[in-house]
Amino acid sequence: MNLHDLTLAQTARALADKQFSSREVTQHYLDRIARLDKTYNSFITVTAEQALAEADAADARRAAGNAAFLTGVPFAHKDIFCTQGVRTSCGSRMLDNFISPYDATVVAKYREQGLVMLGKTNMDEFAMGSSNETSWYGPVKNPWDTGCVPGGSSGGSAACVAARLAPGATATDTGGSIRQPAALCGITGLKPTYGRVSRWGMIAFASSLDQAGPMARTAEDVALLLGAMAGFDPKDSTSLDRDVPDYAAALGNELAGLKIGVPKEYFGAGLNPQTAERVQAALREYEKLGARLVEISLPHSHLAVPAYYVIAPAECSANLSRFDGVRYGYRCENPQDLMDLYCRSRAEGFGEEVKRRILVGAYALSAGFYDAYYRKAQQVRRLIQQDFVEAFKEVDVIMGPTSPSPAFAFGAKGSDPVAMYLEDIYTIATNLAGLPGMSLPCGLVDNKPVGLQVIGNYFDEARMLNVAHRYQQVTDWHAQAPAGVMA
Amino acid sequence: MAIERQQVEQLARLARIALDESTLARTTASLGDVLALIDQLQAADTAGIEPMAHPLDAVQRLRPDVVTEPDQRAALQAIAPAVEAGLFLVPKVIE
Repeated sequence: MNLHDLTLAQTARALADKQFSSREVTQHYLDRIARLDKTYNSFITVTAEQALAEADAADARRAAGNAAFLTGVPFAHKDIFCTQGVRTSCGSRMLDNFISPYDATVVAKYREQGLVMLGKTNMDEFAMGSSNETSWYGPVKNPWDTGCVPGGSSGGSAACVAARLAPGATATDTGGSIRQPAALCGITGLKPTYGRVSRWGMIAFASSLDQAGPMARTAEDVALLLGAMAGFDPKDSTSLDRDVPDYAAALGNELAGLKIGVPKEYFGAGLNPQTAERVQAALREYEKLGARLVEISLPHSHLAVPAYYVIAPAECSANLSRFDGVRYGYRCENPQDLMDLYCRSRAEGFGEEVKRRILVGAYALSAGFYDAYYRKAQQVRRLIQQDFVEAFKEVDVIMGPTSPSPAFAFGAKGSDPVAMYLEDIYTIATNLAGLPGMSLPCGLVDNKPVGLQVIGNYFDEARMLNVAHRYQQVTDWHAQAPAGVMA
Repeated sequence: MAIERQQVEQLARLARIALDESTLARTTASLGDVLALIDQLQAADTAGIEPMAHPLDAVQRLRPDVVTEPDQRAALQAIAPAVEAGLFLVPKVIE
């Protein structure tokens, strides 16, 4: 048996049973990263020395009898979470030299519980992208087909889990950035309810949509990682004060009588027919588990992508105004005056997609246009939310495809930004509504993974994880690995 | 809705992003594509719909007006591009 065959939960249990030490499993993953990540480029920074020191501390803590369940378990942080003393680049040249003076709340929580950080994962620049092609550090390769994208923006987190370079990883999701790469890389990922996980120290893209969540191979692993990061944080003004349930406790509940809403809008034109077929097969599997399928309608679905591309750029143009070349981050050479310093630092520090979104946001917020764009989009956002509120009066969860097709080749979306934006056509609405959503593997098309999306009601993550876990008990799509990575 | 090159230049000034001649044409074209996408919103009937600021209608919490952050000037300035005597350096602004 290889240590990387174990899921995150199995690793935690084996550590508790003293089958191996945290140092052993940490060293095993570091060796794999050193050997294999030249191919995948899933890490921006590998923190080998620090990881081994954390592993030794975890082993000492276990020996002293005060280990938490996840103490000593290795994992990776998306490079959007501020880590004190370790570079936090957000996939951008702008922050290539940025060493945060503090830890994000998610980072601090994992540190307190003694998880061992292997490094920081690659991502689309400032989390803006669905293919990882916008990273300053180069694209991540999909472990299932290295000619294809891993999805984005959390492509590094997804690829490192798929390639068994880490048993789990943190990620963030503003319009699909956890679920879409999870789908394309054949792993399990969950975007929690807006306000469930602290955004403090997580570099902001669109603050009313951004939410952190975990990625791993199984729903059980995701349940453990979510429980370790969720909870109220007074430092995040949009954090919500609700108890954190034991997400692992409800995993085994029966699904008999579960009502699954299937939105007809999620199976229309634009959906790859083979992807649709795999998702339908998963729905039939749920019927065998005792669930009942109910056709529902989310009539404003077609407005989700346009509303998102007003709200997200508007908020990003405000959030990214802090990068001015003065206090931290990139500064251009020999600025002529202050205006030149701002304009060239931002022109050289940001990539093309980030600049495009800042400009779209500046347009939508400019004098005279606010009502026509931002206000209108926020009204549409409520219509989209109301569609879900109505649906959840009838059903317990909603299911459909995570993304319209399996992983696509590098460069396939060409120069039209809108073609890339449509990659998130099924995921964006849940961000606009603030609802939790997850993706789990449900099949392969041409040996590339397909994701089943599960959307839950507010704060209903425990039920979603239960629903995902029961499926994973009777299927083995989540256990499949890309050729070559298990060796 | 088409966007003119001049408007893009104005947006770039507002956003403090330098755009050179070659990028300007490409940026104008791609902004046009995105604006065509977001203009689909105009067809939606939103009469009487309250704009949504927070999905659970949460409001900003208030806290007592007391100092909670310690002085970390040295740590915060250690990552700045240019500092001197505790000040951030920028090109001369006032002649």
